[in-house]
Amino acid sequence: MKAENEVLIKFPSRSANEAFARAVTATFAAQLDPTLDELGDIKTAVSEAVTNCIVHAYPDRIGVVTLRLRILEGGILDIVVKDTGRGIADIEQARQPMFTTGGEERSGMGLTIMESFMNELKLRSTPGKGTTVHMKKRIVRRGEKP
Amino acid sequence: MNLTSFLQDKQLTIALTGEIDHHSAREIMAIITAKIDVYMPMVCILDFSDVKFMDSSGIAVVIHTIRAMRELEGKVVLQNIPPQPLKVLKAAGIGKIAQLNERSET
Repeated sequence: MKAENEVLIKFPSRSANEAFARAVTATFAAQLDPTLDELGDIKTAVSEAVTNCIVHAYPDRIGVVTLRLRILEGGILDIVVKDTGRGIADIEQARQPMFTTGGEERSGMGLTIMESFMNELKLRSTPGKGTTVHMKKRIVRRGEKP
Repeated sequence: MNLTSFLQDKQLTIALTGEIDHHSAREIMAIITAKIDVYMPMVCILDFSDVKFMDSSGIAVVIHTIRAMRELEGKVVLQNIPPQPLKVLKAAGIGKIAQLNERSET
C-alpha cells in the first residue's frame, strides 16, 4: 500500500526517549485528526513498543531503536518499531498477559495493551538478531465519528 | 521528583503527577514505598488528577503499591483517574484488585 506520508527516526535506547517517541508519534498522527481517545491509544502502544526495546532488546547496552511512521490510504496510521537486540525466544509466551522477564518493575501487560489498543499487531523476532513490531490503527474521519 | 502526600485518619493520599512510563516508574515506586513505610496507613489513595499519560509501567506501580499495602493488611484506592490512564488500568484488569474511581466530569 502506498504511503501518503512517512517519517523514519532512529534514536538510542535511553529511557528518556520514551516520551520523545510518544510525542513525535502524536504530532505525526495529528494529520489524521484523531480524537483524544485515539491519540491516547496510539501514544500508549508506541510507549509500550519502545519500552520493550529499552528493557528487553538491549538489557545491558544502549542500542538503536528505529521508529517508522506512515499514513496509508483510508486514514490508517502504520507504525513500525524495530530493534537489532536480543530477540524473543518464545513469542507465544511473551504474548501472555502478566508474563514478563522484566522483574517487579514490569507488569507483563505491554503486548496485551498494544494488541487491544491497535487494530492490528504483527510481531517478528529472531533470537540474537532483533525484533520488529508492526502496528496499524485506523483513524475514523471526522464525519464518520460517532 | 517530589510527590505531594497527606495523611488523615490512617488514610495516606499520594498525588501522582506528569507522565508515568518506564523512565519515571522506578522513582515513583521508591517514593511510594518510602511513604508507606513511614506512615503505615490502613488505606493508600493514589490520586491521578495530574497524570498526563500512563502506560503499562503505571500498572507495575499500582501492583507494587498493592503488595506494599497487603503487608500492612491495608487496601489501595485509585481516584480521579483521567480517561487515558483509566483505559490502561481497565485493560490490565486492575479493577479486580483495587478500587478505581474515575475523574468526575463536573
